[in-house]
Amino acid sequence: MMRKASWQRWLYQNVGFATAVLLLTVLYLTYNMLHPRGFSSAVAIQNSNEAAAIAFVAMAQTLPVLLGGLDLSVGAVMTLTNCVASELLNGPAWQILLGMFLTLLTGTAFGFMNGCIVVYGRIQPIIATLATGAIAIGLALLIRPKPGGNVDDDLSWALTNSVYDFADTYGLAEGGDAWWLRPFADIPVPVILIVFVAVAVWVPFRRSVTGRTVYAIGSAEGAAYMSGLPIDRAKIAAFTLGGFFAACGGLYLAIQTSSGNADIQQAGAYTLNSIAAVVLGGTSLLGGVGSAIGSLVGAMILRVISFYFRILDIDPLLQPLIEGVVLLVAVSFGAFRTLRVKNQLDLFR
Amino acid sequence: MRISIAPENRPIVIASLFVVVILLAGTAYTLSTAGSAPLLSPNYLLQQLQTGSFLGICAAGMMMVILLGQIDLSIPWTLTAAAMTATAVGGDMALPTALGVGIAVGLLNGFGVAYLRIPSMIFTLGVDTVLRGLMVAQTGGFAPQDTATPLMLFLAKDKVLGIPVAIFVWAGVSAIIALMLTRTGFGRSLYATGSREGAAYLSGIRTKWVIVGAFVISSVCAATAGFLLTGYSAKAYQGMGNAFLLPAIAAVVLGGTHILGGKGRYTGTLIGVVLIVLLNSVLSIMQMPEAGRQIIYGSVIITMLLVYGRNQRVTS
Repeated sequence: MMRKASWQRWLYQNVGFATAVLLLTVLYLTYNMLHPRGFSSAVAIQNSNEAAAIAFVAMAQTLPVLLGGLDLSVGAVMTLTNCVASELLNGPAWQILLGMFLTLLTGTAFGFMNGCIVVYGRIQPIIATLATGAIAIGLALLIRPKPGGNVDDDLSWALTNSVYDFADTYGLAEGGDAWWLRPFADIPVPVILIVFVAVAVWVPFRRSVTGRTVYAIGSAEGAAYMSGLPIDRAKIAAFTLGGFFAACGGLYLAIQTSSGNADIQQAGAYTLNSIAAVVLGGTSLLGGVGSAIGSLVGAMILRVISFYFRILDIDPLLQPLIEGVVLLVAVSFGAFRTLRVKNQLDLFR
Repeated sequence: MRISIAPENRPIVIASLFVVVILLAGTAYTLSTAGSAPLLSPNYLLQQLQTGSFLGICAAGMMMVILLGQIDLSIPWTLTAAAMTATAVGGDMALPTALGVGIAVGLLNGFGVAYLRIPSMIFTLGVDTVLRGLMVAQTGGFAPQDTATPLMLFLAKDKVLGIPVAIFVWAGVSAIIALMLTRTGFGRSLYATGSREGAAYLSGIRTKWVIVGAFVISSVCAATAGFLLTGYSAKAYQGMGNAFLLPAIAAVVLGGTHILGGKGRYTGTLIGVVLIVLLNSVLSIMQMPEAGRQIIYGSVIITMLLVYGRNQRVTS
């Protein structure tokens, strides 16, 4: 009895997230059934490769949104780290590892700077990150005026294919043939990377005092302040972590495409898609409700919708329209809240 | 003696000073490299204002929405959609068509934000994507008629009394907006709703209508800008509005309008537009590469906002 009650309460509190997971499951299963080579490792690898960068960027966007703000620089930071990575990810193993570390450090530092501007400069996040986003794009253009780059081929191959290929490339686990690797051999590496980052970084953060403070600030900043929670620390940490996730996205994009590209349009598209993904994943733009895991699911929903265009033979000219209508309809489901409101004043938050 | 400035006007004064600084710095640069001072010649300034009028009209509309604490991300494709439908219809019906597109998009945005209560950030983004889709679907398969009509060319390119007509249009839009904000009930409702919607509602203001009205103004302004821009570039093309969204927001905010709504004066927005236009033209005179341009652009926004003074510590 007790178990059922707590289960129901979880569903009630996470109805957005649950809907997103259900939607993704239905969409992806249907996709695989329609696909001529559905449920195969090759399809999963291709899909996860295309979804990885936007998934990371959506996670990055989640933290500022939880605060009740918005980060318009996530796409730009991703682009900047993408360009940094395209310069550094080559040479001997230690150099590649150092390059990865420096790439992630760049994004994290940029996020930290965003946080400091928001907290100590007391500028609204949306406008502060609009400006820092321009700076990030400028720096990316300085590093890489023309698209291109040099990323280690082995690394690129190993991280964008299945676990078997990863082991095969680096001669681990008997070249991928070890008996204990069998059960995992077909899993795409990007999936493992995303799950690893989500579990190793996001979950501990969410359970820490700082993480809970982020939620408290989003719900009621005044109350959080009065309760003596570390407001400044939490805000800076949220933006810093956002920068880190964006850097993961940029790093992965560099590995996937073996190049860096300081494209303003692309950066803008990633930022806007990340907002859409965050909303689809059940995170409230008003702050305080949601999770990075939800945004991960939201990002995948966005990508799966675009996968459908390939197999359903839809006129390419109609694709942007369908994407837009799906997005608009999906966010309009949030309007059900207004139908339940009994007191008009509850509408004005 | 210390001159005291009302906190409302502080950003306007600082932004004006900064405009002067940009002019002086640009002139010093041209004097030292070419020995001339084109930045101070009236013709050059008028030409800059002419190209700035498109941004100015977009920013005027955007300000209405920002005063409510909302934002309109659908500006780029509203502008493009209005321009493309207007040229497709052509002839005398071009202007009504463009304005009609603007009103329709504004009503849709306003409905979503005011009645469905979807955050404007995401709803207008969705509308933008849908508009883009519609335009791609409409024009992708065949080459549509996209040349500017004579009226567009006249409004965007001709000069009357030596002053470009586009500046007159911008001035007209500005006058209407400024009068509306300060002299009409709608203007005051806009500030009241932006400050605290609940209180405005309890005072008898039909806040939902105010929100719809603001979004309609924003979209109509974008449509007007699209109409002019078509004349300026002699045709309508996809992506013509992309360069206007972020500068419009930046101009409004640099002009002292609070991004959370309720505060701001139209004069500020005007100066914000002039600042951005001049900054851009000085940077192009210096032949600054895109990288440096972006960095300077971002740094200027941050620095100016830091100088304007800081927000309240905790809002509650």
